[in-house]
Amino acid sequence: MASTIRVRATSSGETTEVQALIQHPMDSGFVKDVKGETIPPHFIQELTFEYDGKSVFVADWGAAVSKDPYVKFSFKGGKKGDDLKISWVDNKGATDTTTAKIQ
Amino acid sequence: MTTTHDGYLATRRLILKGAVTVALVGLGNIPFSLVPTFAAANDKYPEDAFKAKSDADAIKSLYGKTAEPSDKVKLDAPEIAENGAVVPISVSTTLADVTSIALLVSENPNALAASYKIPTGTMPSVANRLKMAKTSNVIAIVEAGGKLYSAAKEVKVTVGGCGG
Repeated sequence: MASTIRVRATSSGETTEVQALIQHPMDSGFVKDVKGETIPPHFIQELTFEYDGKSVFVADWGAAVSKDPYVKFSFKGGKKGDDLKISWVDNKGATDTTTAKIQ
Repeated sequence: MTTTHDGYLATRRLILKGAVTVALVGLGNIPFSLVPTFAAANDKYPEDAFKAKSDADAIKSLYGKTAEPSDKVKLDAPEIAENGAVVPISVSTTLADVTSIALLVSENPNALAASYKIPTGTMPSVANRLKMAKTSNVIAIVEAGGKLYSAAKEVKVTVGGCGG
């Protein structure tokens, strides 16, 4: 299965800028479908970025994060060609993990 | 007469002893019941903070303290959001020793939208996209050196992001 996570990590020498786009419905639990039935909440709760065995960024998300969430941050260090590991877990216990090469 | 007197004293002593025990047990209990809710202090997902209705309750549940407004916290959000389902919001700060950044939307059913842990070596800056139910204040909280700093901005929403 294709990964739900798309990442672009670019090193500028001193810092690495990371942009991630994840496919996820991020249902808040407040929206009704066409039949008038409430769509149950389904959203990513934790998103972790690891580099060199250490977390460089951890996001705790609520249902107010937009569908197909996007996040951008940067960290010091990170060499071109090195791996960045990204993983998420949602409120139903589903997870996905991917590894991206720093460019 | 004396026995009654002694009995009275003994009872009194027992009551006092009881009161002291209750006080000690009570004091001992406070840290235990509060500590697990401080998200910044551990790695657990702060479930209670995300369930809090108001922004003040969410901040209290997440950090256990209040924030002071600071012009060193830069909150970038649009004046008017045409689509409340996707509102681009970013936060950055010039403050040192930043350990976490949180974003809240005051008028959403649950105010806390996102909380980011910033380990040493990561820039105190984050951009993301949030849903907004209606026109509301957006609040950014930056935890730096154990203190909380905030910035707020009103974003006008023309079409709500909660099925409106």
